[in-house]
Amino acid sequence: MTLIRKPFSRRSILRAGAAGGIGLAAPTIFTSNAWSAGYLNEPTGSTVTLGFNVPQTGPYADEGADELRAYQLAVEHLNGGGDGGMLNTFSSKALKGNGILGKKVEFVTGDTQTKSDAARASAKSMIEKDGAIMITGGSSSGVAVAVQALCQEAGVIFMAGLTHSNDTTGKDRKANGFRHFFNSYMSGAALAPVLKNAYGNDRKAYHLTADYNWGYTTEQAVKESTEAMGWETVETVKTPLAATDFSAYITPVLQSDADVLVLNHYGGNMVNSLTNAVQFGLRDKVVNGKNFEIIVPLYSRLMAKGAGANVKGIFGSTNWHWSLTDEGSQAFVRSFGQKYGFPPSQAAHTTYVQALLYADACERAGTFNPCAVVEALEGFEFDGLGNGKTLYRAEDHQCFKDVLVVKGKENPTSEFDLLEIVEVTPAEQVTYAPDHPQFAGGALGTCNPGA
Amino acid sequence: MDAILLQILNGLDKGSAYALIALGLTLIFGTLGVVNFAHGALFMIGAFCAVTLSRLLSVSFVTIDETRKDFLGNPLKVETPYVEAWFGPDVGAAIIDWSVPLAILFSIPIMALVGLFMERGLIKHFYKRPHADQILVTFGLAIVLQEIIKYFYGANPIPTPAPEAFAGSFDFGALVGMDPNVIIYPYWRIVYFMFAALIVGAVFAFLQFTTFGMVVRAGMADRQTVGLLGIDIDRRFTFMFALAAVVAGLAGVMYAPINSPNYHMGMDFLVLSFVVVVVGGMGSLPGAVAAGFLLGILESFASMAQVVALFPGINQIIIYLVAIVILLTRPRGLMGRKGVMES
Repeated sequence: MTLIRKPFSRRSILRAGAAGGIGLAAPTIFTSNAWSAGYLNEPTGSTVTLGFNVPQTGPYADEGADELRAYQLAVEHLNGGGDGGMLNTFSSKALKGNGILGKKVEFVTGDTQTKSDAARASAKSMIEKDGAIMITGGSSSGVAVAVQALCQEAGVIFMAGLTHSNDTTGKDRKANGFRHFFNSYMSGAALAPVLKNAYGNDRKAYHLTADYNWGYTTEQAVKESTEAMGWETVETVKTPLAATDFSAYITPVLQSDADVLVLNHYGGNMVNSLTNAVQFGLRDKVVNGKNFEIIVPLYSRLMAKGAGANVKGIFGSTNWHWSLTDEGSQAFVRSFGQKYGFPPSQAAHTTYVQALLYADACERAGTFNPCAVVEALEGFEFDGLGNGKTLYRAEDHQCFKDVLVVKGKENPTSEFDLLEIVEVTPAEQVTYAPDHPQFAGGALGTCNPGA
Repeated sequence: MDAILLQILNGLDKGSAYALIALGLTLIFGTLGVVNFAHGALFMIGAFCAVTLSRLLSVSFVTIDETRKDFLGNPLKVETPYVEAWFGPDVGAAIIDWSVPLAILFSIPIMALVGLFMERGLIKHFYKRPHADQILVTFGLAIVLQEIIKYFYGANPIPTPAPEAFAGSFDFGALVGMDPNVIIYPYWRIVYFMFAALIVGAVFAFLQFTTFGMVVRAGMADRQTVGLLGIDIDRRFTFMFALAAVVAGLAGVMYAPINSPNYHMGMDFLVLSFVVVVVGGMGSLPGAVAAGFLLGILESFASMAQVVALFPGINQIIIYLVAIVILLTRPRGLMGRKGVMES
């Protein structure tokens, strides 16, 4: 079944390939310059179209809105507008502020609705109808995995947005897909030493886990990393994704002998479960002679805002935070803050960086051909985009960089100042083998240029 | 034993919300014969009345503090609420702190007006249409209201805490002579349950002991005959719609501190509330209230780890299972009148 209408027939490509093969000098055939053969949605005019597929409706709409702001800022900077943001601090100097490969960047947007089928439909439409050459965005692992598979099948690059499940670059990894955001394993690896320091190595943890893929991998990652330092897991309970009141799940925690509650929840789930846990006095409880503690493995500022004062003193991990003092982060915060009046979220940061990394890879490859872009991104090392030196690992297309451990701030000075960075965990500490059991079972396959 | 008591307590506050929404739904169905799928949206609007009042009370003027910096390194803009400037910092802060209870007064006229506009502007045109049409139009209205709220307030939950005096929890177990530290229960959930009981009692008393209520009950039994007596029953029924909207709105206002309001909270409650109405018996007010508490408590028990371990997924289907059993064995529901759901 042909999913995407292809502009070239197989026969015409064979003819073009044969002619090209004769015309081009044989020794260059295996270099990047050889990628000039036909590929899906090759830009022929003076513009190139990118597809920004973000949740514009549904529970993650606010994160989607922030992603879209970041993309618009990235387009402005790529086209030479504004103050250039992180283009000035990016270690690669291939981007010149004249679009990508001299073509002005344009974009179309789609609404994922945080639903896999809707996200695939909007990505498909942007590829087929609008001629988007790259799809990026999303705010859910389910959506990322689905759209990544579609992009692989269609033959365009997918630069994942907010997706934290191990599977995106684990069992569901694809040659055409790339993830800048961190993952569940990294959260567990970064959190464990901080938790050990703060709460000791003799703790009993009770997990409440959102009943879907992301919840499972986060529970597994945090469970394994905390058990490795001596903690005991008393119970793991799955909670329905649609649940709004978690009191029935919180009360059994009171009855158990656990002294730590791990909330493997995100978005509205996390806001409600944390609020319920605090309401039921868990934070004032003393169990086994120790103060009861709550942990939220994946934090976002937007979520912390929803949970209000309940986040105070609670540890979690995050991909990036606007209070980072490195030059790249500050340049981005300045650009974004001046344009929109508030600091960017981690969702905005990761999507802005993904757009820049894609554009830079095209420049370095000298073409938009997806297979050349894959080659340019694989094993690419860069700096100046926040989180220090970063590697786009070739084996699984996962970025390896410093991971932040944060804590809900006790005395916030503004509505943005909700989290404080307590530890910047070095990249080496969160790096794992590509065939680590939590990531096993997937294969990148080969790149698909879609023609 | 203590675990069971705790789940009963848990069920009471969830049941209170179900009961209040179901009570409103039943009032509307019993008087106007309309199946109102926008009722959850009324609950949600009530919660956003609390959010709005809390924001209105917090409206601030800005002064520049040169000694502190904002996130861009510019001098910090310090916001001081007008209420604090007018009434002094202590009284002002207390007024803002009590915004949820104060929102009860704020929401009554708003919800009554929303109810009136809804009934007069849209729903009255569907009285003679089939139930399917009524469901479609009210469901559509619910989506419109939900989108309007999302447009103005965003998609993220908005924390709307209870007054400081009711924050935190207390040792319920010790209070009833059990071991201390075994049953901890939040203050506000007890407040919510008592509030729900008060509202239910007030609605029943209104229908039972006032002439207006008597006429409405007569109209529910036989609308035509009451009309023939020269009583403008339609106007009274419109009032009942507004009353039902107020009840749903108040349920939402007081629910705001339990779970931060968000634009789809109405939909989360709506389907379950319909099941509550059907289980209680379409058109039966005591049935709606009893079923609300019953199903709230059952849902709580079904969510216990031990129960889920024995019957995986039971927590997500228990309410529907009960509804199926009730409808198969007693189609009129627990306290429904014969004829409403059975021939």
